[in-house]
Amino acid sequence: MAIKEIPTEEYYLPGSAACPGCPATMALRIVFKAIGKKMIMIVPACCTAVIESLHPNTSFNIPTMNIAFEAAAAGASGVEAALRKQGKDDITVVAWAGDGGTYDIGIQALSGALERNTNFIYICYNNQIYSNTGIQRSGATPKYAAWTTTTVGGKTEYRKEMGEIIQAHHIPYAAQACISYPEDLYKKIKKAKEIKGPKYIEIMAPCPPGWRFGMEKTVEMGTLSVETGAWALYEYENDEIKFNGISKLLLEEKINPKPIEDWIKFQGRFRHLFIPKKDVKKLKEIQDHTNLIWKRYRKCYL
Amino acid sequence: MNNVMIDTGNYIAAKAAVMTQPDVVAAYPITPQTTLVEGIAKYHETGEFKGEYICVESEHSAMAACIGASATGVRTFTGTSSHGLLLMHEMLHWAALARLPVIMCNINRVVGPGWNIWADENDSISQRDTGWIQFYCSSNQEIFDTIIQSFKLGEHEKVSLPVMINYNAFILSHTSMPVHIPTQKEINDFLPKRKPLWNLDINNPITFGNIILPPEYEKVRKEMQESQENAKKLIKEISKEWKNKFGRYHGDLLELYECEDAEYILLSMGAIGAESKVAINNLRKKGLKIGLARVRTFRPFPKEEILKISKNSDLIVIDRNISIGMEGALFSEIKASLYGKSDSKVYGFISGLGGKDVTFQDIEKMCEKVINGKANDLEWYGLEGV
Amino acid sequence: MKKYNVKTTISYPMKGATGKTGNWRVFRPILNKEKCVKCLRCWIFCPEATVIRKDDDSIDIDYDYCKGCGICANVCKIKAITMKREGIEK
Ligand SMILES: Cc1ncc(C[n+]2csc(CCOP(=O)(O)OP(=O)(O)O)c2C)c(N)n1
Ligand code: SF4
Ligand code: SF4
Ligand code: SF4
Ligand SMILES: [Mg+2]
Repeated sequence: MAIKEIPTEEYYLPGSAACPGCPATMALRIVFKAIGKKMIMIVPACCTAVIESLHPNTSFNIPTMNIAFEAAAAGASGVEAALRKQGKDDITVVAWAGDGGTYDIGIQALSGALERNTNFIYICYNNQIYSNTGIQRSGATPKYAAWTTTTVGGKTEYRKEMGEIIQAHHIPYAAQACISYPEDLYKKIKKAKEIKGPKYIEIMAPCPPGWRFGMEKTVEMGTLSVETGAWALYEYENDEIKFNGISKLLLEEKINPKPIEDWIKFQGRFRHLFIPKKDVKKLKEIQDHTNLIWKRYRKCYL
Repeated sequence: MNNVMIDTGNYIAAKAAVMTQPDVVAAYPITPQTTLVEGIAKYHETGEFKGEYICVESEHSAMAACIGASATGVRTFTGTSSHGLLLMHEMLHWAALARLPVIMCNINRVVGPGWNIWADENDSISQRDTGWIQFYCSSNQEIFDTIIQSFKLGEHEKVSLPVMINYNAFILSHTSMPVHIPTQKEINDFLPKRKPLWNLDINNPITFGNIILPPEYEKVRKEMQESQENAKKLIKEISKEWKNKFGRYHGDLLELYECEDAEYILLSMGAIGAESKVAINNLRKKGLKIGLARVRTFRPFPKEEILKISKNSDLIVIDRNISIGMEGALFSEIKASLYGKSDSKVYGFISGLGGKDVTFQDIEKMCEKVINGKANDLEWYGLEGV
Repeated sequence: MKKYNVKTTISYPMKGATGKTGNWRVFRPILNKEKCVKCLRCWIFCPEATVIRKDDDSIDIDYDYCKGCGICANVCKIKAITMKREGIEK
């Protein structure tokens, strides 16, 4: 599909409190366009609660309910049940949460809602950090990335693979997308909208202050995350995984991934791997781990 | 047409909840609430309950789901107890600040550790400041009637707050009593459909709960306080209306018993409140001028009513809870209600924690200790006998 | 828009809910209409919805709210948008 085919309607109103270069608003615009105004959105504590702007104004032209940090999927379950009872089956219920609200504190409610076959779309915009509280690690933060309270070395653990946890619920549809591929994201959301039952979509969302790169580079950082294999684009449907776009080419080894270093060297959160002196050992470890993940992808999904 | 149902507090509560025709029920099991949820599930199976039933994975999610559902404008109900209530704590504030009239039964049970499933009111007392209206019941009939009344109260445009109906573990939740059940039509006539003050609506895309600055937030709190004040008036009106329609009256904010000429008035809540009536009868037989003011609502707190009854009486308070580092919560609130306006003495007893039985004999002993001038300001009754 | 008569945190949609965010800008995106091939990349990637797509797929920039992030200039493959420091060059 071409960008031209994406509708012009905007439900995100300019002049919000988002940082310049924000990946969350970028993704929200696409989500709103794909679903349209017949949607109700549930937002837990995260940057988006700030992006909405100050009471009594809001930058969203979509009915939105803020809820506690761990409660997005549960709140959405309630909205969905109530709409069903009222016969309002044409309204799409969307939970829109950060990686903290998804991988960490909200995973219980999310898992419960998926297992209960709740008819909703859960979207995680993954900026790999708790941005709202001033940059702290999450379960999605990659190894060696630093945050405000880390000592020099950065995170000492690998990030978890949320996608695999989601698949274990055998829901009708799940997908990974990235803000740098808006047509792909649009298509995935559109598809999810037409499917009944629980849908999970996770969007890679490089965050300028969270990752410490220049605000003009958000799209570049997303593209590189896919081209290096730090992130994969795929769809999960009927218990089958289909990689798509560049990720498909990488899976089938039709192209070689860019070195992971090409992605991380632009990010201040990995600065300590380059300054005062390049930490070859740690960079190799990150690369080896990425290779290992893809080796497993190939074994499972090729 | 009155139909009598003999059943436990929980099954009676399930019956009442279903008769209010809620659109969404979301609940998670915990002893001693389980039979309440089972009851509703059974009505769901038989088709008597036509709403959506969400089997959530925790109480936190139960309350979050009720909040989400209620925000679309529909009627919601849930039930919990003890640790379940405590897990909901964050969402209790959320429901009240959002002005969503979620109605919930809480079966008062001990908070662990050690695990103990018997009656104790520390669970709900510790939720005192969440903005919820709190009722305490002393019979299964009162449970039934209060649930129906609570929907009318909580959903009233001048209140629009969540309501918690509390009753003691096992003493009520698992004890069968005969209860008069009105017809569905009578309940429908009494309880109008909910008219929400706000709701999530695709034709009116508001954002609920974004960032709010201090002056506006303060106004939200103030309006909640005013709504609790409104509730005081409405509780009286609604209990009167119920009495006229169904001939039953359990009191309003307080239930007064033998108070007219009383030199001493005993104040207690929940199951101890029921046991207190027997004690008062016995003490009266002994010639003591004593009455009972059973506290039905802990929030809003009946401070004007308590001040009024204190004019000619000293007060004796029994708490099945303790605010550690201070005293029984009811005792504190009562003294605060009298402060600077009454010379009455107030005596407080802590009794029945951890589910320990508090019999009418115990209650008589506590009262006699006060009347005989042997009681200190705060007493732990029954630790080593009075 | 229906206003609800209840004091809780209810907010109503508004352009510029955080004010004229164009004031945040340090660099200003300048569009060269002649160069533009209407590919709409700048439109779809603008995080602030301040690249305005017109009926003929030509674009405009809403300087009242454009935060000057530079993404539009960066994603334009033919460099039809350039970033100029505010106030110095025009
Ligand atoms: C129960 C609870 N604990 C902690 C917080 C503080 N808190 C608010 S947002 C947040 C992090 C959000 O991270 P994420 O979900 O990744 O969203 P982001 O801010 O990155 O958009 C935290 C820790 C909270 N609001 N509630
Ligand atoms: S911190 Fe990141 S995600 Fe949050 S508003 Fe800023 S750019 Fe967006
Ligand atoms: S500079 Fe940024 S905010 Fe301004 S129009 Fe370009 S992309 Fe949008
Ligand atoms: S990205 Fe460049 S060429 Fe494409 S529409 Fe924008 S200005 Fe025109
Ligand atoms: Mg995050």
